[in-house]
Amino acid sequence: MKRLAPLAIGAALVSAAAWADTAPGDVAFTDGAVEQSLTGKPGDAANGRVVLGDRGQGNCVACHQVSEMADVPWHGEIGPPLDGVGDRWSEAELRGIVSNAKMMFDGTMMPSFYKVDGFIRPGDAYTGNAAEVVTPILSAEQVEDVVAYLMTLKE
Amino acid sequence: MLKKAIVLAGAAALTGLASTAVLAGPDDDELVIDGETFVTELPGFEGSPLDPIYSGWRFRDDATQALEMDDFENPAFVFVEQAAESWETVEGTEGKSCASCHGAVEESMKGVRASMPSYNEAAGELWSLENYVNFCRTERMGADALKWDGDELNAMTALIALQSRGMPMAPVIDGPAAEWFERGKEIYYTRYGQLELSCANCHEDHTGDMIRADHLSQGQINGFPTYRFKNTKLNSAHGRFKGCIRDTRAETFAPGSPEFRALELYVAWRGQGLSIESPSVRN
Ligand code: HEC
Ligand code: HEC
Ligand code: HEC
Repeated sequence: MKRLAPLAIGAALVSAAAWADTAPGDVAFTDGAVEQSLTGKPGDAANGRVVLGDRGQGNCVACHQVSEMADVPWHGEIGPPLDGVGDRWSEAELRGIVSNAKMMFDGTMMPSFYKVDGFIRPGDAYTGNAAEVVTPILSAEQVEDVVAYLMTLKE
Repeated sequence: MLKKAIVLAGAAALTGLASTAVLAGPDDDELVIDGETFVTELPGFEGSPLDPIYSGWRFRDDATQALEMDDFENPAFVFVEQAAESWETVEGTEGKSCASCHGAVEESMKGVRASMPSYNEAAGELWSLENYVNFCRTERMGADALKWDGDELNAMTALIALQSRGMPMAPVIDGPAAEWFERGKEIYYTRYGQLELSCANCHEDHTGDMIRADHLSQGQINGFPTYRFKNTKLNSAHGRFKGCIRDTRAETFAPGSPEFRALELYVAWRGQGLSIESPSVRN
């Protein structure tokens, strides 16, 4: 019992300095939703909007149309339009969908943005070479930013 | 059906994008080259995963389509002419050219592309057209093998494929080719890479849909080698496979690899009956 005390204090210090993001393998899904913020901080919706449109980041508009993002060219039509998702889904559900959509929609074509295992021949980004370490497509912070932006899409 | 309606309604709200979304599906244009009408659409054959089967030409914009309809405009012909010169050029230690043994390419290579890739008994392997060309070079001419998906080899396969233009794709998938076919099919449906996408996710489930700025076709190979605006040169089918797999954030296979030869056979079968358009023009 005694020996745990220094560790507990250590953990408290770490979280005071910087909350450790939930690691991809530790994300807890309940019916496809993730209650806990991955960063412990509110996301930045403005940056989330950038992540949705950027080819090197979320590139969500490759598959989804978003009326609010009409200034960003070329929206795809693989998935449903995201207009009104802030009404249709709760924040926890959106976090689950963005982190690993396969937990919500079995077998969906939508990629899992916060996952590091279970891939077949994962590549080193878009080089075509093998990945040495697999990092999630989006960081915990980017996921939270995207969720914050999606929550603004109300009808 | 319902999904499409929702997508269109969403698109209508985006005034600027409405026109691209309405485009879903192939257009109704007819491909005519030199007075000959090409088969760009046909009903699925028995066991076909696609019905109808469409050439990728039907999903390109009018300007791109037009370039393929006129050999003087088709940028691929610059390379075909270079290959026609190589055909006659003596290379290697044996003092021979392709023409020394095969004579006129128009005669000897007629129909060869239609059944590629094909099982080669002597090698005990499935060979793409490129393998046959390189075998003649290294074993019969004493010349170097040309680089897979490189400009020279793509030009030569374009010249050879042109001699089958207008003929139907007719790969042989039984006998010793059967296990290659099965391997190719398995690859086609495997969800590779960090995006976990298979060929089928895009080219079978979403034919006609826009993915960002791209209008998805069935990913057919009846037009290969293909001249692409993207890199302003000829591209082999394996080069295209490599790009598509790379874009799923995956480790690709190499052009010429057994995996891509198997995949080529399987994809050729999916387009069985389409007219060969080589050398085609794509963006
Ligand atoms: C490769 C295509 C693709 C990409 C890229 C993609 N999605 Fe999706 N998404 C889908 C599909 C398909 C669905 C429908 C779910 C299903 O399979 O039933 C979907 C569903 C959704 C939903 C639920 C929508 C609803 O109204 O039911 C949300 C929210 C969503 N995606 C957000 C995103 C975000 C945010 C990104 C980028 C970080 C993204 N998607 C990237 C394909 C994609
Ligand atoms: C020394 C003679 C010789 C030379 C030189 C030669 N070939 Fe061949 N080639 C053959 C023979 C023999 C075959 C196998 C028999 C056949 O199918 O005609 C063959 C087969 C082929 C095939 C496969 C044909 C089929 O029906 O499957 C192609 C393609 C081919 N050669 C291309 C070329 C090209 C291109 C060159 C020049 C770079 C070339 N060959 C040079 C003798 C030659
Ligand atoms: C993320 C979606 C996606 C995936 C997955 C994908 N492709 Fe593609 N592919 C495209 C797009 C976009 C194009 C360009 C537009 C078109 O012709 O469909 C294309 C083009 C092609 C073409 C050229 C078609 C033509 O007419 O010139 C071939 C062949 C092809 N893909 C084969 C494949 C194969 C085989 C696989 C699996 C290894 C694959 N693709 C996986 C998106 C994809």
